[in-house]
Amino acid sequence: MSDWLEAMFTQQRPRAIAALTRYLRDIDLAEEAFAEACVKALVAWRKNGTPRDPLAWLLTTARNAGLDHLRKQQRRQAILARHKQEFEPGEMLPPDPDELRDDLLRLLFVCCHPNLERQDQIALALKVVAGLTVPEIARGFLIKPKTMEQRITRAKRKIATTSVAFETPSPQERSKRLGEVSLMVYLMFNEGWSTSEGDTQIRLTLCEEAIRLARLLVALFPGMGEQVALLSLLLLQHARREARINEAGLLVPLDQQDRSRWDRGNIAEGIALLQKAQRINHQGAYRIQAAIAALHASAASAEATDWTSIEVHYAALYALQPTPVIRLNLIAAQARTQGPVVALEKMKALEGDLHGYRWFHTMRGGLMQQVGDHASAVEALETALSLGPTQLEKAAIKEKIAVSRKNLSALSESDPLSRP
Amino acid sequence: MIYAITIYGEAGVFESLPKAKQDEVLAGHYALQDALKERGEYVSIKLMPPTSAVMVDPAPGGDRAPLIVDGPFAETKESFLGFYAAEFADLDEALRFAAMISSPIARLEVRPVAWAGGAISTG
Repeated sequence: MSDWLEAMFTQQRPRAIAALTRYLRDIDLAEEAFAEACVKALVAWRKNGTPRDPLAWLLTTARNAGLDHLRKQQRRQAILARHKQEFEPGEMLPPDPDELRDDLLRLLFVCCHPNLERQDQIALALKVVAGLTVPEIARGFLIKPKTMEQRITRAKRKIATTSVAFETPSPQERSKRLGEVSLMVYLMFNEGWSTSEGDTQIRLTLCEEAIRLARLLVALFPGMGEQVALLSLLLLQHARREARINEAGLLVPLDQQDRSRWDRGNIAEGIALLQKAQRINHQGAYRIQAAIAALHASAASAEATDWTSIEVHYAALYALQPTPVIRLNLIAAQARTQGPVVALEKMKALEGDLHGYRWFHTMRGGLMQQVGDHASAVEALETALSLGPTQLEKAAIKEKIAVSRKNLSALSESDPLSRP
Repeated sequence: MIYAITIYGEAGVFESLPKAKQDEVLAGHYALQDALKERGEYVSIKLMPPTSAVMVDPAPGGDRAPLIVDGPFAETKESFLGFYAAEFADLDEALRFAAMISSPIARLEVRPVAWAGGAISTG
């Protein structure tokens, strides 16, 4: 029975913690109070059945538990003076949806505090909002639980000293928060995607939680095209999780993946969401990326992919965010539409900016292989190896190097004059 | 009489269940689908999460084209997740079949169908 109830608690948690943080003005206390309410629910709901409004039940119980703590800590006096009415124990009405929406956005925004490193922002959101345990989060980041515990404690201490106004935010402020929070969710997914090694269940936690948060943002802000697009993008990417690693545990590039292993349910939902986002007239970065992912997802094979449209989308994305990495992606599409020689030529302009970026060298190596320059391919791939690839990437790069070396030795055997 | 077995619940709760419990829920659905298939035609529909929905509201006054509006807005309440429909001898039989997919995360409703038409499948 408790598994069923735990799943319901997980579902209610973000909203509950957000509302409780506003009432109690303290994230730790909100977490404690919610945990206490869940323990009580385990007993009460089993005996009397699940209440009609589980969130209201949990909030009432948690708020009363929180007030109890405050009373004991005597911190109540100061806070009571500020909010006399609000702090009378008793039945709590379910919060107004608009208020709850701002509560949740505020809580997520607090986790995105600029003084925190990005990884700590993500860890904090996973702990406070998603309710993951410290060992679960540590596994997601491939670090020791003890280290993660310390980092979260430190992060909490940092945000405790900042004051984020509890008033209703202005539209500009709300939009700024939404942008920051969306970026954090996007990076949470990427973190999970890039560290994914070993056991499937463990490696996908971050991706799944990012999708859950992206879904929450859409539920809160259904009219925001970029948030709908972000959810679409993450689902389309996540659809490839089983195909991107082969039986040997090696990373499989997109164009070589077994597309029958892509999750059709995720793709269908991702495309439906992209269409929904496209109705909202705003050409944002997530929407363009989702459109690119949708083109990949709906192509029967790498060859059948609409590379021309992908090139157009990357050009649009580059116009919006003119970064060298996006330019590199644009060139990768152009390698398909205009050939590897053109692409290699265009890459020269990026050398200065991206010489420390391992994907630049991996891509260069791949293109050099295509034009048959295996000596340069090996050189580029070895540079990529020296730039800290993950275990999985390392294996894939080494395999490519082996292919080029084989070609080189075949070449020298057939034509002794071709190489010294 | 055709009866619909409609399913209500909170979207996302199923995904939060541990794998073993998810399998338990799915096993009920597979058993129901097999049992219905054996008896003849049936319909089953699973809706995507509410976040993928778009709302079409009537225009005020009702004499203009409907409005496509933002939404559905954040709801913590249960939503319509999907349904089955098939011919049953009587209400008791429909209720017996519905019981196969009963689980703590869903509320089921068995209701006679007044009219049905069309045929659709996603394969």
